[in-house]
Amino acid sequence: MKKYTYTEKKDTRSGFGAGLHEAGKRNENVVALCADLVGSLKMDAFIKDFPERFVQVGIAEANMMGIAAGLTISGKIPFTGTFANFSTGRVYDQIRQSIAYSGKNVKICASHAGLTLGEDGATHQILEDIGLMKMLPGMVVINPCDYNQTKAATLAIMDNEGPVYLRFGRPVIPVFTPEDQKFEIGKAWMVNEGTDVTIIATGHMVWRAIEAGEQLAELGIDAEIINIHTIKPLDEEAILKSVKKTGCVVTCEEHNKFGGLGESVARLLTTEYLAAQEFVAVNDSFGESATPDQLMTKYKLDPDDIVAAAQKVIKRKR
Amino acid sequence: MKHTISDLEDIASQVRRDCLRMVHAVQSGHPGASLGCADFFTALYFEVLNHNPEFKMEGVGEDLFFLSNGHISPVWYSVLARSGYFEVSELKTFRKLDSRLQGHPTTHEGLPGVRIASGSLGQGLSVAIGAALGKKLDGDKSLVYALMGDGELQEGQNWEALMFAPFHKVDNLIASVDYNGQQIDGPTEKVLSLENLQAKFESFGWHVITSDGNDMAEIVKALHYAKSLTGKGKPILNLMSTQMGYGVDFMVGTHKWHGSAPSNEQLETALGQLKETAGDY
Repeated sequence: MKKYTYTEKKDTRSGFGAGLHEAGKRNENVVALCADLVGSLKMDAFIKDFPERFVQVGIAEANMMGIAAGLTISGKIPFTGTFANFSTGRVYDQIRQSIAYSGKNVKICASHAGLTLGEDGATHQILEDIGLMKMLPGMVVINPCDYNQTKAATLAIMDNEGPVYLRFGRPVIPVFTPEDQKFEIGKAWMVNEGTDVTIIATGHMVWRAIEAGEQLAELGIDAEIINIHTIKPLDEEAILKSVKKTGCVVTCEEHNKFGGLGESVARLLTTEYLAAQEFVAVNDSFGESATPDQLMTKYKLDPDDIVAAAQKVIKRKR
Repeated sequence: MKHTISDLEDIASQVRRDCLRMVHAVQSGHPGASLGCADFFTALYFEVLNHNPEFKMEGVGEDLFFLSNGHISPVWYSVLARSGYFEVSELKTFRKLDSRLQGHPTTHEGLPGVRIASGSLGQGLSVAIGAALGKKLDGDKSLVYALMGDGELQEGQNWEALMFAPFHKVDNLIASVDYNGQQIDGPTEKVLSLENLQAKFESFGWHVITSDGNDMAEIVKALHYAKSLTGKGKPILNLMSTQMGYGVDFMVGTHKWHGSAPSNEQLETALGQLKETAGDY
């Protein structure tokens, strides 16, 4: 097992804020919109340096999506910012008609995704957003794994013409990917090469998959770990190559098991290469109030759960 | 004036014929408000807008128009074709397989003149505001126009947009409301009353003007007046009274023709009341 270390912990939303600020410096067409959550989305640096390119819409997310769509017409690149729940489900039809169907170059940037939002509870903990967004034709869906990767992804989507959903979160987590990484949309990142089981993880679950890989190594199981930061378009080639080698797969996501990364992988495997799969995901449930760590344990998204799933799926290999 | 009022009325008559023939041909579509807005669209595209039928999405240096109540696509398609965006003969593909003239307007098929999909109601004003903000960022002095139905003002997103535009001084925007008092299930007064729209818009901070959308001279004058009000710190709202079905005696003033197509006989009667001025497609 390749050794991963970190010197600090940071939140992925701060990676977005840093990336947005850098995007604003690099391209004067970048504009940012926010629905009364500037601090939560870490947009302060962008607003300070580019006040004329920032639009405060107030608590009116539907209007924000429409304005963003309209801004693209003259060639602007709007980044909308609010919580994941209010970036997707609340404004689904606005995104569907004015952005996705209209082919508009809007970057929908969503913080506080999943259970790790914590104490605010289930009203704010969306676990269905990946499913909602990946179903929209032409929508790119990205869920990076740490601060550095989120920053790199924010810059990469600026240069990618078309609608994008960028999902990130609130808690501080280890920063373990390189600061100077090149983020390639739709290209899987090989975290660790192994032979016994493929572990595919996205977002906050990638570090947990690494911890699980270390535990598995102690048990004599050699896990291949892949970071799928882009859920759509899916890097099918990388996944198939790995599963053909290991013969089984565990998918890990902070999302409902319905509609998420796991189902995208299952669709690929059933059509291209049948293999046993286990889902580490929320079991068709809403969340609740508690600390992020407590919730990740209760809803079975811990490294231990990944280890158990790996042991189970290895037994089911053909 | 680019055209006389009489010329514009003639064009509007042809546009109304187009609308009815398009809807009749596929026995689907929305003739009522298309007829009611024929004068507005004719005035806008043939007299008021500074626009280029050699369509470019960005519309730099051009006035832009956004239709929020996308179901009145027949009148928009007719006016776009008649003002040179695409061949008039393409109107016969309306709502048919593989057509650029979808039931509701889209950008997906690349129809010149359309910059956003609409049809799911309540979204157009927000988009127009975004386009207007884009023009301001670019120092582009041209204007943005939008049309909303009155029924769709029941959608909450409109009120988010109505609150936003005055606060952010989006004064390069002229929004019109097709105030026909009708919607699918009946008069707006019975379905969900809009109450005093003028007072509502004014209290939100808009400069409100009123007009008769079925009097060509008046609608031209109103739109020119609206233009003169731009750049003064407030968005402009043209509360435009129209009659659904205007121009055809048996269609006028009722919601019955919101989304129903005329029969062969009804079409013939209706066309008998509308002069063919520029040649049917």
